[in-house]
Amino acid sequence: MPVESLFARLEPLLPQVQKPIQYVGGELNSSVKEWDEAEVRWALMYPDAYEVGLPNQGVQILYELLNERDGVLAERTYSVWSDLEALMREHGIPQFTVDGHRPVGAFDVLGVSFSTELGYTNLLTALDLAGIPLRAEDRSDEHPIVMAGGHAAFNPEPIADFLDAAVLGDGEEIVLAITEVIREWKAEGGPGGRDELLMRLARSGGVYVPRFYDVSYLPDGRIQRVAPNRQGVPWRVAKHTVMDLDQWPYPKKPLVPLAETVHERFSVEIFRGCTRGCRFCQAGMITRPVRERSITTIGDMVETGLKESGFQEVGLLSLSSADHSEIGDMAKGLADRYQGTNTSLSLPSTRVDAFNITLANEFSRGGRRSGLTFAPEGGSERMRKVINKMVTEEDLIRTVTTAYENGWRQVKLYFMCGLPTEEDEDVLAIADMAKRVIKAGREATGRRDIRCTVSIGGFVPKPHTPFQWAAQCDHETVDRRLRALKASLRRDKEYGRAIGLRYHDGEPSIIEGLLSRGDRRVGKVIQAVWEDGGRFDGWSEHFSYARWRACADEALAGEPVDLDWYTVREREEVEVLPWDHLDAGLDREWLWQDWQDAVDETEVDDCRWTPCYDCGVCPTMDTGIQIGPTGKKLLPLSVV
Amino acid sequence: MPEGPAPAPVTQRLRVRYAKRGRLRFTSHRDISRAVERAIRRAGIPVAFSAGFTPHPKISYAGAAATGVASEAEYLEIGLITPCDPDHVRTGLDDALPEGLDILDAVEACTGALADRLEASRWLVRLDGVVPDVAEAAALAFMAAGEIEVERLTKKGRRRFDARAAVIACELDRRATKEAGASCAILRMVVRHMTPAVRPDDVLAGLRQVADLAPPSPPLVTRLAQGPLGESAGELTDPLTPDRQTAPAGDGVAATASAIGTADPGAVSAQP
Repeated sequence: MPVESLFARLEPLLPQVQKPIQYVGGELNSSVKEWDEAEVRWALMYPDAYEVGLPNQGVQILYELLNERDGVLAERTYSVWSDLEALMREHGIPQFTVDGHRPVGAFDVLGVSFSTELGYTNLLTALDLAGIPLRAEDRSDEHPIVMAGGHAAFNPEPIADFLDAAVLGDGEEIVLAITEVIREWKAEGGPGGRDELLMRLARSGGVYVPRFYDVSYLPDGRIQRVAPNRQGVPWRVAKHTVMDLDQWPYPKKPLVPLAETVHERFSVEIFRGCTRGCRFCQAGMITRPVRERSITTIGDMVETGLKESGFQEVGLLSLSSADHSEIGDMAKGLADRYQGTNTSLSLPSTRVDAFNITLANEFSRGGRRSGLTFAPEGGSERMRKVINKMVTEEDLIRTVTTAYENGWRQVKLYFMCGLPTEEDEDVLAIADMAKRVIKAGREATGRRDIRCTVSIGGFVPKPHTPFQWAAQCDHETVDRRLRALKASLRRDKEYGRAIGLRYHDGEPSIIEGLLSRGDRRVGKVIQAVWEDGGRFDGWSEHFSYARWRACADEALAGEPVDLDWYTVREREEVEVLPWDHLDAGLDREWLWQDWQDAVDETEVDDCRWTPCYDCGVCPTMDTGIQIGPTGKKLLPLSVV
Repeated sequence: MPEGPAPAPVTQRLRVRYAKRGRLRFTSHRDISRAVERAIRRAGIPVAFSAGFTPHPKISYAGAAATGVASEAEYLEIGLITPCDPDHVRTGLDDALPEGLDILDAVEACTGALADRLEASRWLVRLDGVVPDVAEAAALAFMAAGEIEVERLTKKGRRRFDARAAVIACELDRRATKEAGASCAILRMVVRHMTPAVRPDDVLAGLRQVADLAPPSPPLVTRLAQGPLGESAGELTDPLTPDRQTAPAGDGVAATASAIGTADPGAVSAQP
């Protein structure tokens, strides 16, 4: 059955909304395939505004990968702002894709990528606008399979009621496997309906179907047990790990939007995974082991990507980009290749290491000079030992001194507040560190216009990390410590004016904490917030703590648990955690030991250059570290 | 300032006419400038860059149409470090831009400032659900009025100004209306560029004021032309003609050909 484009009905509404260009599609390298020629159709959603969602690597990779296949069609959809939402409701226009402007409800799968839990209310808006029942149990064969992926999918329990399925880990191979299962099932005429399809997906072992698991609770509110409720469903669902990134060189043709987005650049993931072992970092824990893309593949991807997009900036992405075994050769090779073309290179995540200034110098050779950001994360030496951020104050001073000597006038330092075992003095130590940075910069350059910006985020304990058992710091304490830090900087006549301070209130972190470590009972809170008008919770101007608090109180009134129970409560080793049946490969005993080591301020070194410390991932997932050096070099590009 | 040699100087300027059509009329001016910068890179056009820590390509825009307004006559000027054949630039850039942002014309800048020549615009305004006779009567009433004060929300707050004086012509396009077939009225307007700018929206606000014309859905506005006002009332001429006529070779026909070789840098640097 052909599916008509909704654009003709949407178009008259567009002059009435903000930034209408975000809804029209037509990006360079986007594609609209014939509906009737496709056997399996995916709608891929990033549940935030277009300007945030479009650059998302995960969605772009899967979009391109699926559309390359014959018989498979993928289109993208993003959250619509409230002005268009109201008009769509008034005119009866359903959630649409920006490619073919086809109704999301007509696809086989709605795959939603959650980088953050704060997109949960936006999922509900999209489902509702699409005409898909919010609760999975109310859906019938005509509705798409609603599937979550992304980092937040490692604990999808708070949205379990709204999902048909969730997938953990790297998406490249599993989306193709899922596509095959759906294709076969459809070719057979869809035997057994939706239930049978979900069963086939669950049986494959790579897809988590929440409805096939029952959760029982103890009288005090803790989880008693999570168990499959039918035969053939695995007790634990494992994450997916793509080995050999050179086999998956996506994106090849990056999407180039007309609308302005948060990242205007061509991004290449230079490696996946990180074993630095920072204890707060969920990404580092759930994406192990480290798998490097080779310097030559990266060179080829940059070349094609720039040619296909016309972007002026290349971002070399990873969780700690300077750790690539051939980053020096890569930086020099790329800088040589693009010298004189006004192409700039950036390294978004870098550690505090003087070597990075050398890299930054190479990178700014070809064009714009981007800012330098370093993340000591903790203000005091003690705090950094707790979180296993192995950086000394001497490292930092040496690094920033080199930066100032090389012409940078401003550096940005990133810290967290509310970390486990944190005391007031640990946060006040941030001020001392910033002052020493300015002092060193002035001494090294003899100039007074040296600046540094201190940016502070609130710590949220995440599943599958050693801090998954930790009590989250209450927002009153976080706010008090940040006020004290601000006062300390403001009081300082000598250095205070050279230091900028950026931070947010502690309240949103508490809600992020609820959604991160919540269980299925939190679904009621999410739905209540959404029904009360909650949207775009990742945007401070839309987020309402009061609403979340009130809805949590109401929705959990009959339960032995509340907002505080989910957030500021420390868990014991034996407690069944909501995500224990989801396997990131990490050995639970190792995680617990690492949590104990954190409290004891004991550090753990990186397994890339010291012996394995048995986190459990490689043997459990049958994977291994893949790093260079390959010894290869980037040759100059032949002249066009 | 960054180390290294100064950026290569501009040796040739090209004036380019482009259209924004269909769904791409929802691009804002900033969206277009990003798209053009990227297309220039993809097409390998040797654009000049400014000096400094954040070098910018030398592209300037003259009087861009508002977001949501389609146009057949937008203009930009590109500074190049190596002289190029304007026709090659036109086709190369057009191929590299998404469909809907279309390059229509390119000439070498040879004389005067382009912005000075963009004296007025001709607009086509399609009003769906409006009876043609009603629109015609409103247009006549508008033209008969002496002054029509309208209000617009600007960045500086509400502002009141006269929408009538800038309008040289405003009439029903009978033929276009007939051809459109659907129940709509199509107006043609010629509006002089003034400060504050009077836009088709302001004229529509004026029509509402003098004749209660209230279209049930948003108007579809297209800029058809902009340029110097001609001899007869409401006539607009091609703003690129003076460049064609004063090209180094002397006449319009040879102008394009002359730009294929090396342009005379002296002549170019004399441009404002």
